[in-house]
Amino acid sequence: MIAAMLSEAWAAMGANRLRTFLTMLGMVIGVSAVILMLAIGQGAQQRVQESIASMGSNLFIILSGSVTSGGLRMGGGASASLTLADSQAIEELPLVGAVAPSASGTAQIVYGASNWSTQILGTNPGYLTVRDWPLESGSAFADSDLRSATRVALLGKTVVNNLFVDGEDPVGKTIRIRNSPYVILGVLAAKGQSLDGRDQDDTVLIPVTTAQRKLFGSRVAGSVRMIMVQAESAEAMPSLEKSMTDLLRQRHRIRDGADDDFTIRNLTAAANAAEETAKVMSLMLGAIASVSLLVGGIGIMNIMLVSVTERTREIGIRMAIGARGKDILLQFLLEAIIISVIGCLIGVLLGVGGALAVNMITGTAVVITPSSIVMAFAVAAAVGIFFGWYPARKAANMKPIDALRYQ
Amino acid sequence: MAASNDAVIRIENLFKEYETDAGPVPVLHGISVTVQQGEFVAIMGPSGSGKSTFMNILGCLDIATAGSYHLNGSDVGTLDRDELANLRNQVIGFVFQGFNLLPRASIADNVALPLIYRGTSGDERAERAAAMLTKVGLGDRLHNRPNQISGGQQQRVAIARALVTDPRLILADEPTGNLDTHTSQEIMALFSELNQRDGITIVLVTHEPDIAQYAQRLVRLTDGNIVYDGLVAEALPHHLEATT
Repeated sequence: MIAAMLSEAWAAMGANRLRTFLTMLGMVIGVSAVILMLAIGQGAQQRVQESIASMGSNLFIILSGSVTSGGLRMGGGASASLTLADSQAIEELPLVGAVAPSASGTAQIVYGASNWSTQILGTNPGYLTVRDWPLESGSAFADSDLRSATRVALLGKTVVNNLFVDGEDPVGKTIRIRNSPYVILGVLAAKGQSLDGRDQDDTVLIPVTTAQRKLFGSRVAGSVRMIMVQAESAEAMPSLEKSMTDLLRQRHRIRDGADDDFTIRNLTAAANAAEETAKVMSLMLGAIASVSLLVGGIGIMNIMLVSVTERTREIGIRMAIGARGKDILLQFLLEAIIISVIGCLIGVLLGVGGALAVNMITGTAVVITPSSIVMAFAVAAAVGIFFGWYPARKAANMKPIDALRYQ
Repeated sequence: MAASNDAVIRIENLFKEYETDAGPVPVLHGISVTVQQGEFVAIMGPSGSGKSTFMNILGCLDIATAGSYHLNGSDVGTLDRDELANLRNQVIGFVFQGFNLLPRASIADNVALPLIYRGTSGDERAERAAAMLTKVGLGDRLHNRPNQISGGQQQRVAIARALVTDPRLILADEPTGNLDTHTSQEIMALFSELNQRDGITIVLVTHEPDIAQYAQRLVRLTDGNIVYDGLVAEALPHHLEATT
């Protein structure tokens, strides 16, 4: 029965090819727009998420405050108020996942005949945890390296690429930073760009004590530029921020009512905002595209209504020879569904093709998930049923005698 | 379904009114008629006599305002839309003046159409449609479309479509109205054969005495009332003489 009706629906569509094509076109454009927009929106979202993930999660950054010297107010981080001891004290607080102090500067590094200027970051092994940054080869420096301020280094991927020829294993080799020899313990995995487009792999990590005592020196013994703190969980962040503030105020002997000489920044909040923005954009693109799907659906309803009116006599004949209301309903519904599903198929192909073309031409990241294709299909079938229902119902509810007499 | 010795049609005191803006317009005023298995009945009457309305009610395409109608033992007045559709499908075969074939479908598909609505399988549908078309002399035109054959042939297709479900009753509404005299005679000969050889009950509406004389019984309607119900031979003696 269904097979017979399918072939009849097919024949009916074939009888008026141009009209069927135009009706289908509405669906094709709607579905391909949805697929394309979702691909672009999800691409953007994925990029933001990747950037955020590369930064590390549940992060605070504590910067030393500004200092006023002779009427000149220096910027944030200018004072040397934060120290390694602060960092170690924070490590003792509850809810803390990992703590990484950093003292950084720029220096020329040399290996053999090659040299490269890069950021040298003095920190501790906790840094790799905080930044969620695995090693590609070798090992991280140990606490003993920190205690005795040994000259060891971890190299970022970009630095490796600039100093070493392809295939040469840097682990165990010695580079020179400001003419002092440093043994390479390990190579960091590639991390890519940060949110602001900086190359995160263009860096060298050394023990923070080595940076303070042997490389850059520090104005105040043990001072660090900033401390990165990772909370145990997102929920722990507000209370941890409070306890860190209290601890640092106490350690720095700041009187009640006086300003902090440090700044605590919650990176997660900014990251969440960026992700939220991307999500909203993705949603908005989808919503705009959905409108064209809706218009396509209305097109189907329009044509089906015309078709029902045109074929009133045929409906009458079918009823006279024994078609029940539901047989007529099914026949017209099937036509609407076939049109929308075929339109959807073509739309998916065009949408995926369009997304790949956009990716190739503009380089915009696109993500085509199976779920968005499944969704487009489901929506197309639903649109077919929804907008085919009314005309089909109208056909099914005709009185046999009126339909048969219709001229 | 009722036993086969039941009357095919039993109508008692049937009324039909049409609702119009100017109030109800009565069309049939209390008609009573019974048609037994195997009868060949012609219904005649001038335009506006209510014979088309009567035919539509007989065919379960329209519903009477009052009175009772039993078709094949079923009380039509108590049936819903789907049950009426099933009754049309299983008991009645329709033949219309305008043939009423589906123009896009092949002749074989047209004939097989009623079988779709009773759930017959595709192979059996094709087989029975081909057999029925062979019976009406169109076995070699199965794949033609209705507009590729003559009017008389189209009416034969319509008759094949009416017969394919093995109906107890054939309702023919001016079946020769669009055909020339020679073709009309061929079609009527086919009806006679179906009635006499296969015992199918036939009710036919016509305004031509020449056509009516193929029937045995004549029901004449005027202004919504039956004014004659008897043998064709008695009502139209001169036509019988003319053709015999």
